[in-house]
Formats: sequence, C-alpha cells, structure tokens
Amino acid sequence: MKNNFLPFVKKESLHILRDKRTMLIVMLIPVILMVMFGFAISTEVNNINIAVVAPERTGAVKDVVGRIAHNDYFTFYGYIDQDQIDKKLRSGKVSVVAVFASNFDRRMEQISAGLPSKPVIQFIVDASNVNTASASIAYLQSILPGTASQQAMFETRMLFNPQMKSAYNFVPGIMGLIFILVCAIMTSVSIVREKEVGTMEVLLVSPVRPVKIVFAKMIPYFVISCVILVMILLLAHYLLDVPMSGGIWGIFSLSLLYIVLSLSLGLLISTVTKTQVAALLISAMVMLVPVLLLSGIIFPIENFPKFFELLSNIIPARWYIAAIRKMMIQGAALAAVWKEGTVLLGMTAVFIGVSLKKFNDKLE
Amino acid sequence: MSETVISVRNLTKRFGNFTAVNNISFDVYRGEIFGFLGANGAGKTTAMRMLCGLSYPTSGSGTVAGFDITREGEMIKRHIGYMSQRFSLYNDLTVGENIKLFAAIYGLSKQDTGKRTDELLDRLNFSSERHTLVGSLPLGWKQKLAFAIATVHRPEVVFLDEPTSGVDPITRRQFWEMIYEAAEGGTTIFVTTHYMDEAEYCSRVSIMVDGEVRALDTPARLQQQFAAESMNEVFRTLARDAERGE
Repeated sequence: MKNNFLPFVKKESLHILRDKRTMLIVMLIPVILMVMFGFAISTEVNNINIAVVAPERTGAVKDVVGRIAHNDYFTFYGYIDQDQIDKKLRSGKVSVVAVFASNFDRRMEQISAGLPSKPVIQFIVDASNVNTASASIAYLQSILPGTASQQAMFETRMLFNPQMKSAYNFVPGIMGLIFILVCAIMTSVSIVREKEVGTMEVLLVSPVRPVKIVFAKMIPYFVISCVILVMILLLAHYLLDVPMSGGIWGIFSLSLLYIVLSLSLGLLISTVTKTQVAALLISAMVMLVPVLLLSGIIFPIENFPKFFELLSNIIPARWYIAAIRKMMIQGAALAAVWKEGTVLLGMTAVFIGVSLKKFNDKLE
Repeated sequence: MSETVISVRNLTKRFGNFTAVNNISFDVYRGEIFGFLGANGAGKTTAMRMLCGLSYPTSGSGTVAGFDITREGEMIKRHIGYMSQRFSLYNDLTVGENIKLFAAIYGLSKQDTGKRTDELLDRLNFSSERHTLVGSLPLGWKQKLAFAIATVHRPEVVFLDEPTSGVDPITRRQFWEMIYEAAEGGTTIFVTTHYMDEAEYCSRVSIMVDGEVRALDTPARLQQQFAAESMNEVFRTLARDAERGE
C-alpha cells in the first residue's frame, strides 16, 4: 500500500488542470493585483493645485514659487488675492494656498543671519481629504529645504524608499494576500468538495490513510504557489523596480514557509466545514478581511488601538508582510527576520497539529 | 451451511443517550446476497459503518472477512469494497483514470491494473468509453461503473449502500444482474435498499426497526411468517411499530 501516494498527487493535479477557468483565475489574480497596485492605485498624490498670495512679488518670492510650479506633483494655479483664499479652497479650484509674509525678503535675510523671525510662508491646506493634505505638506517641505529657512530648522532623509513609491509598500502586502487566497481557500474547498460529493466517504472506507489523501492535495497547490511566487518576484523586480536588496533566497525561503502555513490553514478550515460554501465563507470572513485590515497592508499597525494591535499578532500575514518588507525594501538578510520566521514556523506547526488531530477524530 | 464471512454478536452503538444500534447479531455466508433493510433512522447506516471499520462499536463484537471489527479495521478495509448511495467516482476523471486510481488505492500492481481495467470495461461493454470523462455518462452507467470499481480488487465482501436510488428500472435490473454475477463468483454482497422489490432478489433479508434486527430469513419464508404477499407488506407490518420517526 506504499505506492499509492503518487497516483493521488496525479489525480489532484488532473482535477486542477481540467478546471481551466479556476486555474486561469488563480494565475491571473496575482498579475492583475500587481499591475493594479503598482500602477493604477497608488498613494502618491499628483496634480495638486496650488495658488499663491504674495503682497510683494520680489525675486525671492518668485524663486520659491518657481520651485513649486516646476515640481511634478503641483500645478500652479496663479496668484490670487487675500480675500479669494476661502472661495478658491471651497470651490475646490485649489487645494493648497501658499501665503507669503510681507517683507518676505527682509525676514529671509534675518533667518539666514541666524536671527529669530516670524514664519515666512503659511500653507493653507484643504484637509477634507487627509491623505492628500498630508502628502501635499510632505511634498512642500521636501521642495523647500532649498530655502535657507527650512534648512536651518531640520533636515529629512527618506531611507530605503526615497521616492516614497507605493509599489514598495504594496508588493509585500499582495504576496501576503495571494498565498492565503490560493493555498488556504483552494485547498479547503477542494477537500470539502470531496466530502460534499461523497467521494471522501469511499476514500475513508479504502485502505488509504486519510493523512495521505490530504497531503496529496497540498502538493499541486504548493507547486502552483511556487509558480505564482516566481511570477510575483519577477514582476516586482523588473516591472515595479522593487529592489529585493535582502537577497532573493531569503525572500524565497520565507515565502515557502508562508505557503506551507497557508496550506495548513486551508486544511484546518476543511476539517471544520462540511460544504464548499461554508469553506469559502469562512475563508473570506475569517481570513481575507482580517488579513486586509489587520496585517498592515492598508492601515499601519502602529496606528491601531491597543486591542487591534494585539489582535493583529495572530494574523500570520502580518508577520510575513513585515518580514518581506524588511528583506525587499530595507535589504535585511534572512537572519535579521528570525523573529517573524519563528512566529510563522510556530503557527504552521500549530495549524498542522490541530488539523491532523481533527482530521483523525473525524474518522471516529 | 457454508463459510461465514460476516459474523456479528450483540453489536451496540450508542451516541450519548441515543442507542442507534441495539444488540444486533447475525451471520452472512460466502456468496450470499444479504439484504439489509430498515426505514430511515433505523440504524442501518450506523451498523454498516461499524462493519466497514469506519466507526467503533460501543459494545459487542464482530468479524468481517476474518478480521475483528474493533481491532483490525485497517485489514478489513483492504478486503472489502464499498459503494455509497451518493455517486462517488470523480466526474472530472475519465473512466480509465477512475479505475486506475482505485486500483492504485487497493495496491494492485501495474500489470494487474491493466488486466483488471480491460476485464471490467469488457464486462460493462464500456471499452469505447475508456477515455470519456465520467461526468458525461448517464447516471445508470455511472452506477454500474461505480459497482465495477468497488470490486476492482476482488474483495471478499462488497457493501452497497442504497446503490440503486434514483436509477431507472431498466438500469436497476441490469445492476442487479451484475450483483448476481459477482455473487456467483464468490463475492459476498451486503446491500441496503429502499426498494422492496429488490429485497426479493436477495438470498436473505434482515429488517431493522428502532436499532434492532426484527426479522431475518429468506424473502419467501419471511412472507410466509408474516402471512404477507410481498416483502413490501412484511416491511410495513414491521415498520408500523417503529417508535423512531423518519
């Protein structure tokens, strides 16, 4: 009875290969997500309309305005009067107004000479969209260090991702999401399908060990996941210019661990559900939503209330994404993410242990 | 009498306070077609699961194909075939692939697998359908194929759990011919069914009511005993006293 493992792997592969539509979706989703997040959806803010109020249009003022106007992020709306500020902002014609102080030249000289001075430029920002508002301020501050005023006060350097590209942020997130999607959902649905159709019953009456049935199911999905992993890494590197500076093997081995974890999660779900619909629902509600919301893909974990911050610790994707981010963007080596790696390894062991126990319990 | 293949003594299964199978005892002999009848909820499926090594009895003992049902479940699984009421082959595999898979499950060698496949397809007149996806076959054909596959490893006993439910009368007839053929070849058939006309095809019939075996004999003698004209009447006489609802 020892040779009956390979026929099972073959059988599972046939199931997957003959279901061309699902296969296509599974392979296309990562590509679509990567392209979507990489290009179309970005947290960068472009074409911010800016107006300027300047009582005196001296050389120094024009110099600063020129700097802003030539920046790609901003579109220069024009000079406006003091009493137009409110109207322009309300109508949405502009989202930022830069108000230059009178005696701008003289105050700048004072600052350059190291003398105390009142602020020289006031930015009035439409903060009805918080993201746009804070991005505008960040851009303005990075444009203006050229003026002596800012330079004298502070200096900022963006490490690892100097252009603040949002693709850098999303690629690890997509990876965290896609493997849960492919491995956990597809394995659980495929196991539950056999229960629903009735073939599982026949397999259980046969001399095959149930564990074998389950592992045979995991193998083709593992292979598919590896193909997807290579695809994502290639897209990320050549299309989105994500640096991968931490070494490709570290990223690879951690991802393999995460794939195994997702597979065991799928196995766990399949042991507690009886129908494909239930398996799908549990996957979506218990995994997809928390992964999206709590893993730091969209919202930074640091901003969570204490309760949710603690809760995020049990989301495997959170650890994986954090580690991948470190390795891809910061250039950390595999050894530097030992903590995340250990947590993932521990979670995998627990998932496999619990599901195998549950699976065997089912028999009697 | 001939050799005993299934022997059950005082078999009981309780789930909490509920006694699904209550102290049943019977023997099944080699080559027999043993009809295992009972209304829904009478305990048929539970009893059958214990015989197949899927579930442990609470008390009592039994052997199937010479193996103990409490201790040697794994050995039993190798020597029995099983076909459930739900169609249980893989629709997205071809006829040939299904046969091959189950042959591998039961540890047939490559050579044997090839030979058995030809043999089974030949017997079913299915040779032209070897590469057809099972999903595209009509239900009756599927059921016949499922039975053939349940006997691919030449098991000593085949358990059939309502194998003909939902099949048209002509295919049912053909299906029973296959069962007879297998029984003549020395395979013991243990079959549950809803159709009382099918009960009359069996060598012997047991009728379960409320977890107990209330009657066990050849169809002819049961009809005599209950002064009934058909198995249907016998069954209704017994089932009338059932306390458990459907």
